[in-house]
Amino acid sequence: MTVAVKARAPRPERPGPLLRLKYSYQKHWYAYAMIAPVVIVLGVLVGYPLVQGFYLTLTDANSLNSARTIGVNHIDATYKFLGFDNYADILWGPTAYDRFWSHFIWTVVWTAACVVLHYGIGLGMALLLNQNLRGRTFYRMLLILPWAVPTFVTVFSWRIMLSDSGIINSVLGGLHLPQPQWLEDTTFQRLAAIMVNTWVGVPFMLVSLLGGLQSIPQELYEAAEVDGANAWQRFRNVTLPGLRSVSSTVILLGVIWTFNQFAIIFLLFGTGAPDAQILVTWAYRLGFGQQPRDYAQSAAYGVLLLSILIVFTAFYRRWLARNEQLAG
Amino acid sequence: MSTTTETPAPAAAPGARRVAARPAKYRGRRSRSRTGSILSHGLLMTASLIAVFPIGWLVYLSLGPDKDDYLHPGGIAGKASLSNYDHVLSHTSFFTWMGNTALIAFFTCVIGVMFAATTGYAVSRMRFPGYKKLMWVLLVTQMFPIAVLIVPMYTILADLGLIDTYGGLILVYCSTAVPYCAWLLKGYFDTIPQEIDEAGRVDGLSPFGTFWRLILPLARPGLAVAAFYTCLTAWGEVAFANTFMLDDGKYTLAVGLGSFISEHDSEWQYMSAAAVLIAIPVIVIFYLVQKHLVTGLTAGAAKS
Repeated sequence: MTVAVKARAPRPERPGPLLRLKYSYQKHWYAYAMIAPVVIVLGVLVGYPLVQGFYLTLTDANSLNSARTIGVNHIDATYKFLGFDNYADILWGPTAYDRFWSHFIWTVVWTAACVVLHYGIGLGMALLLNQNLRGRTFYRMLLILPWAVPTFVTVFSWRIMLSDSGIINSVLGGLHLPQPQWLEDTTFQRLAAIMVNTWVGVPFMLVSLLGGLQSIPQELYEAAEVDGANAWQRFRNVTLPGLRSVSSTVILLGVIWTFNQFAIIFLLFGTGAPDAQILVTWAYRLGFGQQPRDYAQSAAYGVLLLSILIVFTAFYRRWLARNEQLAG
Repeated sequence: MSTTTETPAPAAAPGARRVAARPAKYRGRRSRSRTGSILSHGLLMTASLIAVFPIGWLVYLSLGPDKDDYLHPGGIAGKASLSNYDHVLSHTSFFTWMGNTALIAFFTCVIGVMFAATTGYAVSRMRFPGYKKLMWVLLVTQMFPIAVLIVPMYTILADLGLIDTYGGLILVYCSTAVPYCAWLLKGYFDTIPQEIDEAGRVDGLSPFGTFWRLILPLARPGLAVAAFYTCLTAWGEVAFANTFMLDDGKYTLAVGLGSFISEHDSEWQYMSAAAVLIAIPVIVIFYLVQKHLVTGLTAGAAKS
């Protein structure tokens, strides 16, 4: 009993909230000063637009009734407040399947396929490069190259290669294989998009996983070998656990980036190819690629996308934490 | 045979050394089978070929002087010339666009990395109230689909009079690049021992002085990666640049290249030449940075 009292003795008077705020300020003002620029920029350029974008989703704003300036005349906004009608319309309105759900399914397939390919190929290449092999540095430089090329250049190049009489179809024709219309036929548009995105995304995974592999202590492999573990067992019980923290981060980022991958599909198909559009490009098309521009629905898509990703991330992190516990 | 000692690239920078706990570069497997080795080389060569081919093909096509050469590439070999490059460089606004892009990329890079570095440092070293929330915000910012932001951003920039200015675009790029870089750099700073900070403080440096004089120089590989990332983002971004830059003289390369299609009736040969010219500076920067890339990126990913 007395012990407890004694332990509490050193700080008998708890300062009032104002004073505490002052102490906290004195103690942490360096931290706040250092994060201030980012917080301000994010607040103005991301936070505020987000709030405003969210407000737009509750209205029927489009390019015909929003505030705009034509010449010297300023026309005030005339859009009405609708509440959650836009969301209802998108999610279970009469055209919900054609417009939202079909794109949603394709987006999920696209994300899953791309991330699995990115990770699988990236890991495979990283394992190959992590061996004691002649010319390793050279291979690494070549393999990272796609990362260095700006996306629009990449996509431009692929568009030429995938066009009807482009090199890919010429080669396929030379092998007497069917020559699909990569840029016109829906199925092949989707395949082409996944192919290009895989090509673009593997280097990031490769570099990250290679670094992860190199940070696994050599002794673990030696110990496993002494214990008689074969290559597959070493991979399962040493390599994969050793990569866990890198993997969880790059997979999360990969999912987020792929889900929101705008440039590749946009540049590959423009605003055409309605069935190959993922949700992000579809939302852009609603907001910018048609007349009248439907700002409200476009923003509503954005909010839905963001919610999907936040829910996913929350679950993913919880799942990771549980796995960690099981493993530890 | 297997004892060929190819000397490892010299440790990139003083900071790199403490990043990975003794990189396990050399597998102690003395006797890898011959087939295994051939298989590895075969796979790596195939992969490298796939990685390089689209770019190589673009370079090849850009040498064909006629409009339709890309349709029958076999003919190019016989009459390859640099005339497309000549046209792009002397008869289009290429240099203006490149200047614009370089300017925007440079300032995005400098401002973005500075902001990201201070934030990353604060998050890595200081446990202030709200720090967890800040980390979460930085991650969530990665998730913002531009579709939801682009309209309101446009209005804000219009209100600030920043549409069609370099400053506006730089600001927008910073807002997307900084959160990721801060995340990355936080991980990198985490790998630099706290004792260095403490030593700095004992010697009478302020927290900012410690950061500036001791930590930043040690974090160079991480900074290089962040700088590279911001540069790339700014150099190749399309959607924002397309929407916010209206005047032909303010275009970035990405937007300018797009204008080739409509204005000059799809002159693919000029487009490919321009695309190659655009890719060259990035690839050069890339190879200057790539030594740091593995260490910098991994430290960030492994520790976050």
